Amino acid sequence: MSVMSYREALRAGLHEALARDPRVFLMGEDVGKYGGTYAVSKGMLAEFGPERVRDAPLSELAFVGAGIGAALGGMRPIVEVMTVNFSLLALDQIVNSAALLRHMSGGQFSVPLVIRMTTGAGRQLAAQHSHSFEGWYAHIPGIKIVAPATVEDARGMLAAALDDPDPVIVAEHAQLFETKSEVDDGVKVDIASSKVRRSGGKVTLVTYGGSLPKALAAAEEVDGEVIDLRVLRPLDMGPVLDSIRKTRRAVVVDEGWRSGGLAAEVMARIAEGAFYDLDAPLARVCSEEVPIPYPKHLEEAALPQVPKIVAAARGLLG
Amino acid sequence: MIAPPPSGPVLYPPELSLKLLTDMLRIRRLEEKSAEMYGAGKIRGFLHLYIGEEAVATAAIHALAREDNVVATYREHGHALLRGVPMGAIMAEMYGKKEGCSRGRGGSMHLFDKAARLYGGNAIVGGGLPLAVGLALADRMQKIARVNACFFGDGAVAEGVFHESMNLAQLWRLPVAFFCENNLYAMGTALARYESQIDLCVKAASFGMAALKADGMDVVASHEAAKQACAHVRSGKGPIFVEFQTYRFRAHSMFDAELYREKSEVEEWKTRGPIHTFTARLKAQGDLTEEQFLAIDAAVMKEVGEAVQFAEAGTWEPVEDLAKDVYTLP
Repeated sequence: MSVMSYREALRAGLHEALARDPRVFLMGEDVGKYGGTYAVSKGMLAEFGPERVRDAPLSELAFVGAGIGAALGGMRPIVEVMTVNFSLLALDQIVNSAALLRHMSGGQFSVPLVIRMTTGAGRQLAAQHSHSFEGWYAHIPGIKIVAPATVEDARGMLAAALDDPDPVIVAEHAQLFETKSEVDDGVKVDIASSKVRRSGGKVTLVTYGGSLPKALAAAEEVDGEVIDLRVLRPLDMGPVLDSIRKTRRAVVVDEGWRSGGLAAEVMARIAEGAFYDLDAPLARVCSEEVPIPYPKHLEEAALPQVPKIVAAARGLLG
Repeated sequence: MIAPPPSGPVLYPPELSLKLLTDMLRIRRLEEKSAEMYGAGKIRGFLHLYIGEEAVATAAIHALAREDNVVATYREHGHALLRGVPMGAIMAEMYGKKEGCSRGRGGSMHLFDKAARLYGGNAIVGGGLPLAVGLALADRMQKIARVNACFFGDGAVAEGVFHESMNLAQLWRLPVAFFCENNLYAMGTALARYESQIDLCVKAASFGMAALKADGMDVVASHEAAKQACAHVRSGKGPIFVEFQTYRFRAHSMFDAELYREKSEVEEWKTRGPIHTFTARLKAQGDLTEEQFLAIDAAVMKEVGEAVQFAEAGTWEPVEDLAKDVYTLP
């Protein structure tokens, strides 16, 4: 066991992946000489060489597509797109190739590709660098979306994603990089289940990624049970429904926008699976439906915050 | 003004010449039958015919080895066929039958075949280019000597992904042969209406990439260019770009009323047709008789007939399998 930050955990996971499997390589903008935009791959160019730690031009569409091709060709690429915002430039390859190839080819071609990207707001980076599009990706059959919210998941999810024969997007919330926790060095985690992060009796708070610490803080005030979805596609609703059968109330917390968002999907599934167990309407706390503004006070007002979650939960408790 | 029809002696052994002719004819007859089956309602969706362009795929694929990779477009029936996908499996795929080369899931635009190392059948213009770059990267990293042949049309040249992929391939000196099938139209828009620079080799040159231009109506000229391109890639010199100048005799797809080009232009290009001009050249030098041609055509028609029978006898994938292969089963 050792105490490490989320950033160090990502780094340890990446290092282990490169060290254990020669098919694994890292490709993306500034992953090599620069050491990674978030310093996750610092030192790895020197250790693993330029073939396996590969600086790419600002060509998201081509290098994500090349990652797909390399995966088809027998490699296990980890493609790093600097942020979820820039992943939009690679959408065609992610959606029209990676996600479709297996089904469309009648099961002949799998794409064992991992795409890492940071996501989320909270650092005054303004509207074009503060998106949370992981919920969008969760709309698409054929890819898996994971959102490590704990240091343990930051440490272990990459290995699980690389073991998966299909494309996996890893959405790492930029606000979590400095969180610290004790982690088992060789920890193994799955990318199939949601998990109870705090037990409680009065209300179920369902969340993921950067909103987990906020939900945990809110839970202290309302005796909340906190479920970390961990995997946004395919969703594991079992622990969510089990919890709601106990608490009979649920608030979904999602940094994505409200309309047509992941929170809406989770609420629909709760309504389908546990309607008669509910004692109150479902509630959600999402980002306000505005482009994320630059000034700190406005950015904070746009995002889910602990008081909003507490208020939403108390609204259900009557 | 278009160039005069391909002419002059064919300096190939007759066996090779006849193989090239036969394969062009196989593509032509397969597609004529596909159009017929489309009219009969057996094939639906989009159907993009390669008629007129057969020399390009034939010339290029005859320059490839079995272990080379091929990435193609939605106009890829011929490429699949010459890579060794059985004609029956192609026809069955167009019918949407389970016996199709993509289990009927993809149809005309998404022919895949692992054994033939055919990675689609990509219906997003330019979508195949980065895949070919990635396949080549995988080969390089695994020290596999192979040509990754990437076919695409002139329309793809306008896409950002073309420029990104060309840059990446040249930057990393990857073993990719970029085979551009320039048929002068991006669907219904002529090259000069959408490109500021219509000499496509200039674009390759801007990346420092080797480039060749070939008469895509002449299977001999195209085959020589393709062989040269493959030799370049195999020698480890990195990627190469080949512009095959060709022409599509039929509409873009079965929904196209062809309002964007004059009938006279199509007729003029037909005088350069790759099959009849090559046939005439072989006959002129005594490498082919009319009887031989008729025998070849009869054999091809037999193959086409059997392909249709195979597709007709095919089965529908059970609805219960709808969600199969969205993900790999554990």
